[in-house]
Amino acid sequence: MSALAPALPLPASAGRIGRRSMIRVTVMGYLSIAVLLPLAAIVWKSSGAGVAGLQQAVTSPETVSALELTTLASVAVALVNAVTGTLIAWVLVRDTFPGKALLNSVIDLPFALPTIVAGLTLLTLYGPLSPFGVDAAYTRWAVVLALLFVTLPFVVRAVQPVLHELDPEMEEAAAALGAGKSTTFRRVILPNILPAMLSGAVLGFARSMGEFGSIVLISGNIPYRTEVASVRIFGLIQSDDVVGAAAVSVVLLVISLLALLLVTGIERRTRRYER
Amino acid sequence: MNGRLALRLAAIGYVLLLLALPVGLIVYRAFAGGVPAAWQAMTNPDALHALWLTALIALIAVPLNAAFGVLCSIVLVRHNIRGKAFLGALVDLPLGLSPVVVGLALVVVYGRYGWLGPWLADRGYAVIFAVPGMVLATILVTLPFVVRETVPVLHEIGTDQEQAAATLGASPLQIFMRITLPAIRSGVGYGVVLTTARALGEFGAVSVVSGNIIGETQTLTLYVQDRFQSFDSTGAYTASLELAVLALLILPLMSLLRKKERS
Amino acid sequence: MIRSKIVRLISLASVVVMANLGGLGRTTVAAPARAGTTLSLVAYSTPQQAYGQLIPAFQATAAGKDVSFHESFGASGSQSQLVAQGLPADVVEFSLEPDMGRLVNAGIVSANWYKNAYHGFVTDSAVVFGVRPGNPKHIHTWADLIRAGVSVLTPNPFTSGGARWNVMAAYGAMIKQHKTRAQALAYLRQLFRHVAVQDDSARHELQTFDAGKGDVMLAYENDMITAKASGEKLDWIMPPQTILIENPLAWTLSSKSPNQARAFVKWLWSPAAQQIWGQNGYWPVVPSVRKHFSFTRPKTTLFTIRDFGTWTKVQKTFFDPATGLMVDIEKTAGSAAP
Repeated sequence: MSALAPALPLPASAGRIGRRSMIRVTVMGYLSIAVLLPLAAIVWKSSGAGVAGLQQAVTSPETVSALELTTLASVAVALVNAVTGTLIAWVLVRDTFPGKALLNSVIDLPFALPTIVAGLTLLTLYGPLSPFGVDAAYTRWAVVLALLFVTLPFVVRAVQPVLHELDPEMEEAAAALGAGKSTTFRRVILPNILPAMLSGAVLGFARSMGEFGSIVLISGNIPYRTEVASVRIFGLIQSDDVVGAAAVSVVLLVISLLALLLVTGIERRTRRYER
Repeated sequence: MNGRLALRLAAIGYVLLLLALPVGLIVYRAFAGGVPAAWQAMTNPDALHALWLTALIALIAVPLNAAFGVLCSIVLVRHNIRGKAFLGALVDLPLGLSPVVVGLALVVVYGRYGWLGPWLADRGYAVIFAVPGMVLATILVTLPFVVRETVPVLHEIGTDQEQAAATLGASPLQIFMRITLPAIRSGVGYGVVLTTARALGEFGAVSVVSGNIIGETQTLTLYVQDRFQSFDSTGAYTASLELAVLALLILPLMSLLRKKERS
Repeated sequence: MIRSKIVRLISLASVVVMANLGGLGRTTVAAPARAGTTLSLVAYSTPQQAYGQLIPAFQATAAGKDVSFHESFGASGSQSQLVAQGLPADVVEFSLEPDMGRLVNAGIVSANWYKNAYHGFVTDSAVVFGVRPGNPKHIHTWADLIRAGVSVLTPNPFTSGGARWNVMAAYGAMIKQHKTRAQALAYLRQLFRHVAVQDDSARHELQTFDAGKGDVMLAYENDMITAKASGEKLDWIMPPQTILIENPLAWTLSSKSPNQARAFVKWLWSPAAQQIWGQNGYWPVVPSVRKHFSFTRPKTTLFTIRDFGTWTKVQKTFFDPATGLMVDIEKTAGSAAP
């Protein structure tokens, strides 16, 4: 990994070490204030009732149901995004057509729009008063729909830069050897964009796990049916059960983290076989 | 080129149904009461303040996260340290944080009974229920993007050019500024776009941390909620439209950075 | 190229930050003199419009001259929690009493806050049935809510303090019809089987109703009045038995301007203020003003929460997230909803 090491005529090692340490210290310092501190606060709060309290908070049937729904929906959305996001990124990078710049611009809108607006517009379009006659509101499909909206940019924006940087020589070589388009895609392109696809998909997964605003309007938050984990946490806070809320938050985080670690591991392994 | 057309239509169709239609609805509802009404809704003092506050917070949080993002990507890709997985996880963590949880966490740290709250308050620093707290919340939720977008690109470009420059006698800073940064430009660019967009649209965490004080700590997203509460549909949708337009303005700025890619 | 762009971005950011420090932020209600006091009002969401008229009226009085306001509105429980966690507040008003109780426990509001002629409640309202214009499904009584094919909306009582009014209204209505406690609870279970959607807040509940879901929504009367006046397409029916909603108001011990805070709070009970409350759909508590408004409910049996004990006791019995009576009822919610 430290590819610079052997080939370089080393500058004064103290200087290099000093510079590297400084970068690392800055990075860790920033992370500590921005992320570690709040994270520690949540973990500390969740331990308020001890291990027994944690267990009880997390195994209550309504919480388990909410966690199940959230995880399932997030996985489904990640899978759909992996496909559609790559498709859209492909079209944006490889294709040219009038309006492409506009399409490229609107991809990020789900991030910029307040989640309540997202929920409200989706409700209008695909709820009881839908002009298309599609009423998905207050069902589990509504949760998936809202999540697809807010996670749209992730895979697209993760794959786009990689597709940009992709060396056309590989594909030209494959074509010269007689490979068809789909074979080229499968054997040459896909392995190169797979890490980015996974990365984007798992980002979307993590975001889905914690999503609140867009789901809260369109899902109906029916306990045991369409109540997601973040709504459950909100309910616990409202009932002054901060310890319970923190406990469920920790579980959410752990699930997201496990997914992230898993994907990072796969990415690293895939990369090792490159070149 | 039937395959290409099919792909194009599929992509456009998906974006249309899922994204363009909802945005179109926002535009429609923003101007449903006529253009003068929409203009009035956008220019009243509270709306203007909210717009200004949103821009201010973004202008602080985004450059900070961008700088951090580049540095952190370098550590993750080019340095050889143990615990990289831990570092990566820490960076990605904010994505799994529900906005409700972010608000809760920041209150535990900076609130009245919090870890740092009383200490800071004694010294006259208002963090929570004031702009600094809102900036912190925004930094937290938008932290991962530049890193996540830059890391794959850093991997992809490899170290060949950097090594070549080093053997030619370039200093580390020169290598960074002349070779590395330009090469990761597209990744950083996209990361900044995502970061900015997310900073603009953040609602949940900021709503808790800000106290939602009208004309003081209300961002555009909070203002949108405020307008919905008051049955002011025009006000709510025009503010949402402003957010969409702001996000749309960022992208061309970023593509200026990308302009000089390999031809 | 990049360096200059970054430098430009940073300088722009610094300029903006400097400008901010120079005081570009503004307050909402016209601040007369900078030398005056500023009161922070933290309230639940629905009286926002009323305060839009109340505050200027107060500022026109002698006591209100030179007083400017910061206002924050939101869900009652959340606002209460924020104040407990340090949100600056001079005057607080909530939807239900426990949210005030939380502040008493935190030492922010005096334990004697309610000791005035009106027990600390500045306005009243009632739980009503919100229906489609013309009441097409002919919903008039609590029994109508559990008819086959009727879909009911109420916010989730665990996330919305306001929704607890709805539940207690339903429960209390049964008791007032001389049902036993067991029968009343059975009714609640029946009722919630007809609740298809439970939004997290009353305002979201209204959006859902707007979006075409539900035949009837349980809501506050003042909410329905404001909504209808704002052009929403709905009507409302006063049930034959319903609970009186009482909204607590107090000044805080942590106020930096206690005299002005107290003056404002006292003024909100004045005839002039109560008149404005009435015009905004709230039932004035001052009898001389009340009688000028047609909030009369000749055929309605009105009861209060005190018929069932204190709110604290009711919260524990019904709404405790682990042991509350509603926990079990929620399990079968929505199963009969059309």
